[in-house]
Amino acid sequence: MYILNRWQRHWVNNTWMIISLLVVATLPFFLFLGLYLKSFLLLHDYHLGHLLFGKIWKPGIGQFGFFPFIVGSIWVTLLAMVISAPICLLAAIYVTQYSKTHLLRIMHPAIDILAGIPSVVYGLWGILVIVPFISRYLGPLFGVTTVGYSILAAALVLSIMIVPFILNILIEIFRAIPVELKEASLALGATEWQSIKQVMVKKALPGIIAAFGFGLARAFGETMAVLMVVGNVVELPKSVFDPGYTLPALIANNYGEMLSIPKYDSALMFAALILLVVSLFFNLIMHFFIIRYNRY
Amino acid sequence: MTDNKKIQISDLNVFAGKFQILKNINIELPENKITVILGPSGCGKTTLLKCMNRLTDLYPELKVTGDIRISGNNILAAREDIYKLRQNMGLLSQRPYPLPMTIYNNIAYGLKLRGVKKRREIHKLVVHYLQQANLWEEVRTRLREPASRLSIGQQQRLCLARGLAVSPGIILADEPTSALDPISSQYIEQKFLELKNDYTIVLVTHVLRQARRIADYVVFMYLGEVIEQGDVHEVFENPKMEKTKLYLGGTFN
Ligand SMILES: Nc1ncnc2c1ncn2[C@@H]1O[C@H](COP(=O)(O)OP(=O)(O)OP(=O)(O)O)[C@@H](O)[C@H]1O
Ligand SMILES: [Mg+2]
Repeated sequence: MYILNRWQRHWVNNTWMIISLLVVATLPFFLFLGLYLKSFLLLHDYHLGHLLFGKIWKPGIGQFGFFPFIVGSIWVTLLAMVISAPICLLAAIYVTQYSKTHLLRIMHPAIDILAGIPSVVYGLWGILVIVPFISRYLGPLFGVTTVGYSILAAALVLSIMIVPFILNILIEIFRAIPVELKEASLALGATEWQSIKQVMVKKALPGIIAAFGFGLARAFGETMAVLMVVGNVVELPKSVFDPGYTLPALIANNYGEMLSIPKYDSALMFAALILLVVSLFFNLIMHFFIIRYNRY
Repeated sequence: MTDNKKIQISDLNVFAGKFQILKNINIELPENKITVILGPSGCGKTTLLKCMNRLTDLYPELKVTGDIRISGNNILAAREDIYKLRQNMGLLSQRPYPLPMTIYNNIAYGLKLRGVKKRREIHKLVVHYLQQANLWEEVRTRLREPASRLSIGQQQRLCLARGLAVSPGIILADEPTSALDPISSQYIEQKFLELKNDYTIVLVTHVLRQARRIADYVVFMYLGEVIEQGDVHEVFENPKMEKTKLYLGGTFN
């Protein structure tokens, strides 16, 4: 009946599982290695500090300063999180703690639809709505003249894009907390808001941090929508109304072109390497926080 | 009986949509006694307890009508200060749900809600209530540890201490020993017998022997109705209703 006997089948199964596990576990390492080797040309000739903190980007004359891209990425990501995180947290609390259950049933498909929209569509929407909104209303309101293509535009588009991802996780996290915990707090005479703030949010904290970390990583890596509205100007933005440039946009805009310039190819690989290292770093920080706050 | 009636429930009905969970409940629970509520699963015991501290408010689908008078005040009247009212009742649930904080803060949380502000006062009271729940000796060196690290039995005693810390007059306990080992259960039972001098205790249990051991007054419920109520001896030795006989005889299904 069987070609292999039981022991052999067991062995084969086990081996495949171990191999699959190894592939998954070492994938980041190989990614890292590949990118490192590819950007070695650049790293060999330039001081790392000069690459990371150099402000001048003129590949034609061999000037590779990544600082404007790094700053652009950080600005856009953090601003998007600052806008998105509180909204998501309050929305998740409202839907799971205050609203009637049928709202949750409507919310779920709505969120899934939002999550499924391709990022180009968000980008287009940003060009059609957010960019003019900034140049016509928001800029003048703060006394700034701006074309609208800016750090702020990218952050706004991003903040909307990451809402479904963060919100979905947050809702699941709050739903997983037993209602008896809230009842225990209420039974001690706490108000609903006190119970939510001091008990429910505290219980959910590791999950909240994970959700925010997930959103942050997504925002940091998002390419298309950002590239369409951020302006793609290599300079250090002085305010959020200034245009900027991000690392993913740099790679997507230039890879496959201008590769005749020496070391350009290597420089783009280095940009990818920075992206990878930063997202690994985010992950580590996130895990640290989760472990730190998972004590209760 | 000449006891004071601490809790008087009259014509209490609870509906969940068309389904009626509690039907015309009329009971009177004596002060400084242990009242045990008995009944098969799903008959509405937990719902009855939740009505007494208005946790039913959390469930918009539930409609509650009738009167629950505690020391004379109808707590179902909308105007009552619901936070004061809940502080008058310590709740002990089926499984312990320690708050996500340290052992110390689990007690201090309720003290602060009660309005105790001075740190020294809080500290004194935390020690006092931990002692009351027979937990002090075990946790005196680990007060700053997360409460979730305690064993289940210890957690349940912590929840008892937490409930006592808001200085209630009534203790509502919903099968408080069902998740505990025999020793921890005995602890809680023993504690209830001591506490009844100062508190009115309402206990839901499925363990008939436990009921017989510590109850003064018994309420037997079936499918949302109160079938029989009375002194523990009357109900256990001389049940008037057929259903009560069957349930106490263990041949009920
Ligand atoms: N929020 C609610 N909405 C609808 N039905 C409910 C709700 N809460 C309770 N019920 C129903 O009311 C009935 C009584 O529930 P309850 O939890 O009070 O029973 P119980 O006597 O405590 O049972 P057990 O001994 O198993 O704990 C059950 O049929 C339950 O399904
Ligand atoms: Mg119950």
